[in-house]
Amino acid sequence: MKITVKLFATLRPYLGEGASGTPVSVEIPPGATIGQLAELLKLPPGEVKICFVNGKICDLNHVLADGDEVGIFPPIGGG
Amino acid sequence: MFFVRVNMNDRTYQVTETPPEYRHLAGRGLTSTLVANEVPPLCHPLGPNNKLVFAAGFLSGTSAPTSARISVGAKSPLTGGIKEANAGTSWAADLAAMNIQALIIEGQPKEKGAYWGITITWEGKPKVEFFESTQYTGKVLPDVYPAMYEKYGDKISVCGVGMAAEHGYGNSGVVFNDMHKRPTRYAGRGGMGAVMASKGLKFIVLNRMGAPGMPIVDKALFEEGRKKMIDALRTHAITKPKGALNTYGTAVLINIMNEAGGLPTRNFSSGRFEGAPRIAGEAIFETNKKRKGEEIYNHACSPGCIIQCSNTIFDEKGDEITSCLEYESDWSLGADCGIDNLDDVAQLNALCNAYGLDTIETGTTIAVAMEAGVIPFGDSKGAINLVHEMGKGTPIGRILGAGAATTGRVYGVTRVPVVKGQAMPAYEPRAVKGIGITYATTTMGADHTAGYTIAPEILGVMGKQDPLSPEGKAALSRAFQATTAFIDSSGHCLFIAFAILDIASGYQGMIDEVNGVLGTSWTADDILKQGAEILKAERRFNEAAGIGKEADRMPEFMKTEPLPPHNNVFDVPDAALDSVFAEL
Repeated sequence: MKITVKLFATLRPYLGEGASGTPVSVEIPPGATIGQLAELLKLPPGEVKICFVNGKICDLNHVLADGDEVGIFPPIGGG
Repeated sequence: MFFVRVNMNDRTYQVTETPPEYRHLAGRGLTSTLVANEVPPLCHPLGPNNKLVFAAGFLSGTSAPTSARISVGAKSPLTGGIKEANAGTSWAADLAAMNIQALIIEGQPKEKGAYWGITITWEGKPKVEFFESTQYTGKVLPDVYPAMYEKYGDKISVCGVGMAAEHGYGNSGVVFNDMHKRPTRYAGRGGMGAVMASKGLKFIVLNRMGAPGMPIVDKALFEEGRKKMIDALRTHAITKPKGALNTYGTAVLINIMNEAGGLPTRNFSSGRFEGAPRIAGEAIFETNKKRKGEEIYNHACSPGCIIQCSNTIFDEKGDEITSCLEYESDWSLGADCGIDNLDDVAQLNALCNAYGLDTIETGTTIAVAMEAGVIPFGDSKGAINLVHEMGKGTPIGRILGAGAATTGRVYGVTRVPVVKGQAMPAYEPRAVKGIGITYATTTMGADHTAGYTIAPEILGVMGKQDPLSPEGKAALSRAFQATTAFIDSSGHCLFIAFAILDIASGYQGMIDEVNGVLGTSWTADDILKQGAEILKAERRFNEAAGIGKEADRMPEFMKTEPLPPHNNVFDVPDAALDSVFAEL
């Protein structure tokens, strides 16, 4: 199934060139979790901090559905 | 330690030992307690009975990392309540080095339109001298700041106010120098600039030459605490060198707030901005890299900061447009106005710094004016023009300079994102409920720094909490507000919280540092209690000024208009809002 993935800040290079947060279409096996998606994209485990699915914060064992929009952030802060 | 009282009625001053009841207060704790004790709550904020108080934190002027914060307090012309705004600057360290625990500006000169500056030097104790400054008024700050360094040398720190303050705007900050002698570090919120200008005071120049430095009672304990704090800041992913803050600056939050559907857009009508990636911290980093031909990491706003989150924006020729463009400014002048042109956002930020305006209040006010149809959303050149009108003090400029609430009233706008007259910062309360509780209940008017529940609600710092749920958020906001009141007294930048809320030894480090300086034996419980006492003093002042719990409420539109994309309203019951202070 196909989902859309956006990687931010230091994770950006793991989806190839392009601006931070640019959505990229990714093919994943049905029933895959965010954790499995992170492995597929070879994201360094310590760098995966906050994950959004369709704008809602989800943990790594959240099961993805066809057409989901996923955003993944490393640890960040500001204010 | 000393209290220095400057009387602007007759340009005299008095230096006294710190009274015993104030000995263990600093920063916000000291400014708020002094204002609560000495300023008549019903006085006019720009009249002779208001007082402007400067106090550095317990640790300012010591070698504690990231500890050069200065608190500025008074009754606010924007909210009508008590105000504390703080900034990071060498000025804080210099005030502390001269052992000035509080600098209190009182009275008002009879001469209308006349301005003075003061210098404070060390001659066995602090010595104040006055100099005429009327010739520096009516000009942008970058044109007059260098004159202080020419006159008083390189070893000084400079505090000043700009044209916005001279016009008496509720939107006007007090500015301090950064590490490059630029007037860019603002105690921005709540109109502290106008209070200073109302006293005929344009500049406060500090020269610490010969001063004894901050006394430390228990040096071994202080060193132990300092090491724990440094370890925490150097280890935590957010605060470490080349970590998120050092690389992308605070504007790294643009994308995550947008993703969460909580980035207020076009005057708080949506939680998503399609232009977010073009103004985000990552875009700033990449744009600078392209224009300068190298990766540029951020710098410190003040001596001794090891987080170093301040960015610089360069134009196509590689020249500086502005420094620093913070998340809040980037958002208010960008997303909230529907503007996605990074160079124009940087230009707007530079103009706010030049005129002495608070960037948060400026952007949100322009967005309200856009809603009213004064200019269209997204019109960055029109926005630049409006900021010039504010600087010049034209009739429309004065309306805007009075802030978002006044602008909304003048133009008959119903969607006005303010609490207690102060505009909301860059987090949508309908998408992040805890921060909404902080906005509603803090004594300061809408203020994210007063209780930054974004840490657990969005950033996964100190656990994770669902941002869309109101459950348990009143207690969360209360705990954050009390802790923050103490951190705002410590002299540390609030950003140490990212590290010490996750790393317990860092939190203990802060307590050890303060105990080391004062010779106290405070515990974690004690500092929470102190934080609560500060909030209670502020609250008492506000109630006496006519700002009670009825003012601890969200604007009506947030309770009735669902916010895309999550289509939530602000659904925190009034009883929960009231419990924040009732159960403090």
